[in-house]
Amino acid sequence: MLDVRGLRVEFGGRTAAVRGASLRVSKGETHCLVGESGCGKSVTALAVMNLLARGAKRDAEVLSFAGQDLLRLSDSRMSRLRGDRMAMIFQEPMTSLNPAYTVGSQMTEVLRRHRGTPRAQAVDRAAELLGLVGITAPGMRLGQYPHQLSGGLRQRVMIAMALMCDPELLVADEPTTALDVTVQAQILRLLATLRRDLGLGILLITHDLGVVARVADRVSVMYAGEVVESAPTAELFAAPRHPYTRGLLRCVPVPGKTRRGEPLGSIPGVVPRIPPGFRGCAFRDRCEHAAPNCAGAVPRRPAGPEHEFLCTLPADWTLREAAA
Amino acid sequence: MTAAPAIEARGLRRVFRVRQGLFAEPRQVVAVDDVSFSVPAGSVLGVVGESGCGKSTLARLILGLLPPSAGDVLVDGKRLAELDRRARARLIQPVFQDPFASLNPRRRVKDIVAMPLAAQGDVPSAAMASRVAEMLARVGLSEEQGERYPAQLSGGQRQRVAIARALVLRPRIVVCDEPTSALDVSVQAQILNLLAELRRELGLTYLFISHNLAVVEHVASEVAVMYLGRIVERSEAEALFRAPGHPYTRALLASVLTPEPGLGVPDVGLGDAMPDPANIPPGCRFHPRCPQAFDRCPREAPAAWATAGGFAECHLLEPTAPAGLAGAGASQRQLAR
Repeated sequence: MLDVRGLRVEFGGRTAAVRGASLRVSKGETHCLVGESGCGKSVTALAVMNLLARGAKRDAEVLSFAGQDLLRLSDSRMSRLRGDRMAMIFQEPMTSLNPAYTVGSQMTEVLRRHRGTPRAQAVDRAAELLGLVGITAPGMRLGQYPHQLSGGLRQRVMIAMALMCDPELLVADEPTTALDVTVQAQILRLLATLRRDLGLGILLITHDLGVVARVADRVSVMYAGEVVESAPTAELFAAPRHPYTRGLLRCVPVPGKTRRGEPLGSIPGVVPRIPPGFRGCAFRDRCEHAAPNCAGAVPRRPAGPEHEFLCTLPADWTLREAAA
Repeated sequence: MTAAPAIEARGLRRVFRVRQGLFAEPRQVVAVDDVSFSVPAGSVLGVVGESGCGKSTLARLILGLLPPSAGDVLVDGKRLAELDRRARARLIQPVFQDPFASLNPRRRVKDIVAMPLAAQGDVPSAAMASRVAEMLARVGLSEEQGERYPAQLSGGQRQRVAIARALVLRPRIVVCDEPTSALDVSVQAQILNLLAELRRELGLTYLFISHNLAVVEHVASEVAVMYLGRIVERSEAEALFRAPGHPYTRALLASVLTPEPGLGVPDVGLGDAMPDPANIPPGCRFHPRCPQAFDRCPREAPAAWATAGGFAECHLLEPTAPAGLAGAGASQRQLAR
């Protein structure tokens, strides 16, 4: 449904934020894009939605949604598509809801603008969706302003609003990061239900490997603007190949698994800022397996039928290391 | 052990008055309600809870940044209220969540770290420079980084600066309020490892506040679970994670998403009712969200009952609770508090 190949985004010729990222999202599939801050995951989402700030340069080999070439779509046709067949939700619902309008008027605006639906019908639809996302007393909520809602409720309103026009694709950028863990679990369950019941394709952007493990069908790990590893979820966690993926997984404390009080695995250094024209592996300065050839061209290696990683190490290096 | 605990809170309570509209009557928000605990020297008390549960207010009370409405804080056996600011600073220091907001952007790193020493007023400048240099090296910052401004450092490096500043007076106690929440996981691991190392080497005591249970499990020796201003369960850490006593603790533990694929997202079963500190429910304050609530819960505040590793405030733990409802395995007797 969504097909992105070789996506590049540069800001003013100084920073290459996304450097040839590729990913696909099928109908009814949750694809997680995971990485640390500054790795380019949000920029990728914004580039797909054509919501990048002015001054950003977007380019791709393929960028298509449901057969339409998004690269050639005019701004007005793109804005008709956005909010209609592809919708996006953001991390902080307070900043993406308008504080001066009621929940009801913001929700119905989507439908009235895209479909020209009469107000009364749009209100019914809004109430129905608030019920669907698990909000009790939807009629009352429609008359409330965003500041009258808790964080979890606001995020549900955002999700309901994104669903107003029955989108086929939902791009969710850190939708639960600002929420408490208990509310996060509720929102993620809701997204899983929607995916199952409505056949929604979800591109979920997160930095949290716990979220990835529990909701994703497929994972792409981003580092410094590149997808460095991509695999079905179970395979990625069972047999990660890229040294960055392996490092990330060792950093996360897991109750009952990591020994209490013992040092966690960590990755030295920080995510670098990559200038345009950078060559070689961007992770090499932090990588314990770095070798001189990492400064040259880095191959994308298959490690399974749907599993590939971007590294100079051979596909079976983890097995060899384990044997040694 | 006769040594005084490093931190002791006795019946701490803090009430805020908030006005919700220009002409509205001010309402009372009880942010911290009758909280008592003690932390033995050299150990780590983890405090967990959702936003609004009062954990940051508790941190500010322990640091003496906020006077309690009632109750006492004792640090190293001395009443905090009776210590002057300098003495307090030598005993207890904070590390806050946001290293962007807590460092003065217009000062160099080495001056930021020297500030607590300068504020003491009796440290010669030569000694000051050498202690700053020693501290910077100790937290893994180079001499060159000491010359920079906070804006020139990454989030993890800034948090190292905040730790160096907290430790330069060689305090006995550090209050860490969400010290890694603003950091990426790879950097979070670096900072957690550094805090653990410093604690061992310098014999520090931590009050470690976090919403991330996995992190708390990793660092804490004892855990306090806060809900709407009260500690509803306190337990030795290992026992808490193995056999949580309070339904709220169980829900919190269930909502930790460990990186284990195939398990799906758990149904936490807490419902929609959100806790509101300005409107604390009668009886057990958790009852509107509790999946196991029964007729007694809205009527009567539960007492503290013993659990495997401490206590929890829940009617279900009472030995006479309706059959089949009582939590299993806990030795149940009411605690003398």
